[in-house]
Amino acid sequence: MLEHLLDNYYETVSIILFGIGFTMLLLNRNLIKKIMGLNIMDTAIYLFLTAKGYIAGRVAPILTAGVQEKDAFINPVPSGLVLTGIVVSVSVTAFMLSLTIRLYRRYHTLDIDKIAMLAKREDL
Amino acid sequence: MDLIQNFPFVSILLCLAGGVLLSVLKARQARYVCFGLLSVITTLSVFTFIDAMNRKESYVYSMGHFPAPWGNEIRIGILEAGMAVFFCVILLLSLVGGLYKIVEEIEESKQNLYWTMISLLMSSMLALIYTNDLFTAYVFVEINTIGAASLIMIRENGHSIVATTKYMIMSLVGSGMLLLSISMLYDLTGHLLMSHMKEAIVDMAKTGAYEVPLTVIIALICVGIAIKSALFPFHTWLPEAYGYATASSSAILSSLVSKSYIFLLMKVFYRVIGLDVMIEHKTNHILFWFAIAGMMMGSLNAIKEHDIRRMIAYSSIAQIGYIYMGIGLGSEAGMIASVFHILSHSASKALLFISSAGLSSVSGDSKEFRDLKGAGIRNKIAGVGFLVGAFSMVGIPLFAGFISKVYFAGATLLATPVQMGVGLLALALSTILNAVYFMRTVILLYTPNRQKILVDFQNGMAFISSIGGFVILNFILGFGSYYMITLIERGLACFA
Amino acid sequence: MSKKNDNYESTFWYRLKYWVNGEEETVLEEESERHEAHLKRVAIEDRVYRAFSEIPDDGEEQEAHYRALKKELYELSEKYKTWPEKQGVKIFDRFYRIFAVILCIGIIGILLVTVSYLPQFGSANNPNNNEVSKRYIEKGLEETGATNIVTGMILDYRAFDTLGESHVLFISACSVLILIRVDKKRMEDMTQEELDEIRGEELYEKNQDIILQKVAFFLVPIIMLFGIYIILNGHLSPGGGFPGGAIIGASFILYLNAFGYEKTRKFFTYKTFSVISIGSLLCYALAKGYSFYMGANHLDSGIPLGTPGAIFSGGLILLLNICVGLVVACTMYAFYSLFRRGGM
Repeated sequence: MLEHLLDNYYETVSIILFGIGFTMLLLNRNLIKKIMGLNIMDTAIYLFLTAKGYIAGRVAPILTAGVQEKDAFINPVPSGLVLTGIVVSVSVTAFMLSLTIRLYRRYHTLDIDKIAMLAKREDL
Repeated sequence: MDLIQNFPFVSILLCLAGGVLLSVLKARQARYVCFGLLSVITTLSVFTFIDAMNRKESYVYSMGHFPAPWGNEIRIGILEAGMAVFFCVILLLSLVGGLYKIVEEIEESKQNLYWTMISLLMSSMLALIYTNDLFTAYVFVEINTIGAASLIMIRENGHSIVATTKYMIMSLVGSGMLLLSISMLYDLTGHLLMSHMKEAIVDMAKTGAYEVPLTVIIALICVGIAIKSALFPFHTWLPEAYGYATASSSAILSSLVSKSYIFLLMKVFYRVIGLDVMIEHKTNHILFWFAIAGMMMGSLNAIKEHDIRRMIAYSSIAQIGYIYMGIGLGSEAGMIASVFHILSHSASKALLFISSAGLSSVSGDSKEFRDLKGAGIRNKIAGVGFLVGAFSMVGIPLFAGFISKVYFAGATLLATPVQMGVGLLALALSTILNAVYFMRTVILLYTPNRQKILVDFQNGMAFISSIGGFVILNFILGFGSYYMITLIERGLACFA
Repeated sequence: MSKKNDNYESTFWYRLKYWVNGEEETVLEEESERHEAHLKRVAIEDRVYRAFSEIPDDGEEQEAHYRALKKELYELSEKYKTWPEKQGVKIFDRFYRIFAVILCIGIIGILLVTVSYLPQFGSANNPNNNEVSKRYIEKGLEETGATNIVTGMILDYRAFDTLGESHVLFISACSVLILIRVDKKRMEDMTQEELDEIRGEELYEKNQDIILQKVAFFLVPIIMLFGIYIILNGHLSPGGGFPGGAIIGASFILYLNAFGYEKTRKFFTYKTFSVISIGSLLCYALAKGYSFYMGANHLDSGIPLGTPGAIFSGGLILLLNICVGLVVACTMYAFYSLFRRGGM
């Protein structure tokens, strides 16, 4: 098992990153760090996907005059999925950041627990 | 290819393009255009539904020039088309019912963006219903998430923004898990299209290859979608999100958005993993136990609440537990009961949210029980609406909720002894708990209030017609349950 | 005994600890405390007022009652409010950290076990190198006309995903608009401080850095050209609408930072943003709708694929890339500008 993990080192690293990002997103109380965790998590998945599309010794699937044989290219599907995924991640990050800006303007803190407490107190 | 077969694709595209266009219109124009658009979509869906019923088989519509494993495709059957019609109707009714609240609570310069969100949300829900491709489903899940979050935060007070933040954080955890599981599944099968994935998984199950990863993948998908649809241990975002959004948003979120995720999960079970493989990997048992816990905890929390909207929100958690219990049984009967409960819960929960808004309008815009005393007398229409919704949720005979409880009980009888015992006990207990808090509320609503409360509020025609529509829908589901169940059976037969 | 360091707060270790613990700036702490105190006061006064209005109106007795009530309420609310901050947060904090570590290790462990069963990295015999990817590579050029297979795949074979993706960007831009756009009505509601913040931004812009302006004068056109090149060659070489759009957006942002809002507004306002992004999204949806419809009904779309390698080849791909590029460029600039001062 360990040997296989070392062989699949890209996947291993991406999974470790995913775990770190996941925990940060879920359990850090600072909103900015949560967003960083979200980005780490997403990027880890893209690394995972990209690694899955790679085939040893082959090049990116862009047909040029020099390379003719069809066995010279890697799998194009994961690259396309990563492209789509990145846009989604950018949009979600922008949305989360704007939420953070609004919350900071109102409550002057980034701590989500404190913000929740302050919000609860508002209607006492 | 018939013209009618283009309708699902046309309705998805119309909603997307319409949503984009709505963002530049003025508030009033945007409202009219949005309602026009939704009516068109509803009509198209009805046609699709009738066509699908005549066909008896589901058919595939390829998005582009390329056939199945290379291009995207959507798949239309009785169940999908029926769901689409139902979603459109509920969406329209909830918007009509909460219209005066939308106009009142949202800044006028931003109302057009509300309608944009509604339109894009509808398109993403339609895409989730129809799609036959797992990655497309992921992209539209994200649209759904952001759209739903915007519906919560558009009120722009502190509470709703905090609730949105919590909702987004939980949702993003779910999205991450979903994306990871899709990538792993792609790695194992080499496909993103549901039917081709299933072929590969069936082959895998035969040879016994990749058993461990498959279990983890199924678990990841289940948890990812369970977070988004607020199954019990992942429900923490729900009460605030539903409690502080504007009434229409709460109705749409609880009755449509979470249901579209559950529908996606069913699709994954039927079309990607296959019920046999799922039962073999025993993941459904986990769902079953979480669902039972959710049924209990949701109701217990609802009893503690003294805010009517939050009480209804907690009751949603219990009802989502019912749906997951049906899925967790892993049998045909359980699935039928779950699908029926998706319908009945959507109809009653949206009604409860809309009528609770009407009730607080005559009680000084307060959602607290102490102010709501006698509200059912002051606003008769909303009171009747709440009564019907509450009866349906408790499971009084002749109402929609009763039928689904009967089918759930029937489904548990066919399961293993442990599941049968626990399931029946949970059903009975949760019915009693439901009765406790809903009947308490109903009694409170009809207790005359000694204090004179100045009522400066008249129900608009829109509100009355929306409540009327929901009540009729509930009775259709209650009385026509036999017909509905046969339809669902037929739909599930050609679903896989 | 070590020497006492007066400047402990500026030492590396202190800052590292600070950073690891995720604590906030002390200044902000004060700010939030002031805000809390204000909220507390308002809440108590409100409650006392409510209680006050309920009791009957008779002189002395009322006064005493009022005072007792106020004291009682104040003590209660103090107790109720300070507990979660003093003890609750501490308990929660400890619990959080332990739980976080356990969760992190648990998830990584489970997923690592899963990964150890997954197919070998970089092997050509993996299940995902099947007929799907083979056809994309073998027939991609003749079916889509794009030499960049990935672009051909996302804009032609799997175009529905990409259509959804561009709408994700649009919906998030709309949400950001809802949240932080400062329009006239919002201006009226704003406090003086917030208004000053925005005005200060504009005052500060008056005396711009001359070096930045000169550098930007040369760089902005080059960066923009590079972005346009990437968009137009999306089907021939690495790139496409999204990266190209992001580069153009970056050049806009550089221009804005160098020359200020006043000059940027001459060619880019909120209206420009909405016209361009909505126009290109509609164009995108229309083009793709046409091609989906034709494809599903087995009709010939009648769009020539052109000679491979030429700029005008690849059917709709060039048009779609331009649309995506415009949307992305506008959205990137809009995000920056909205985050900075809530408008364009």
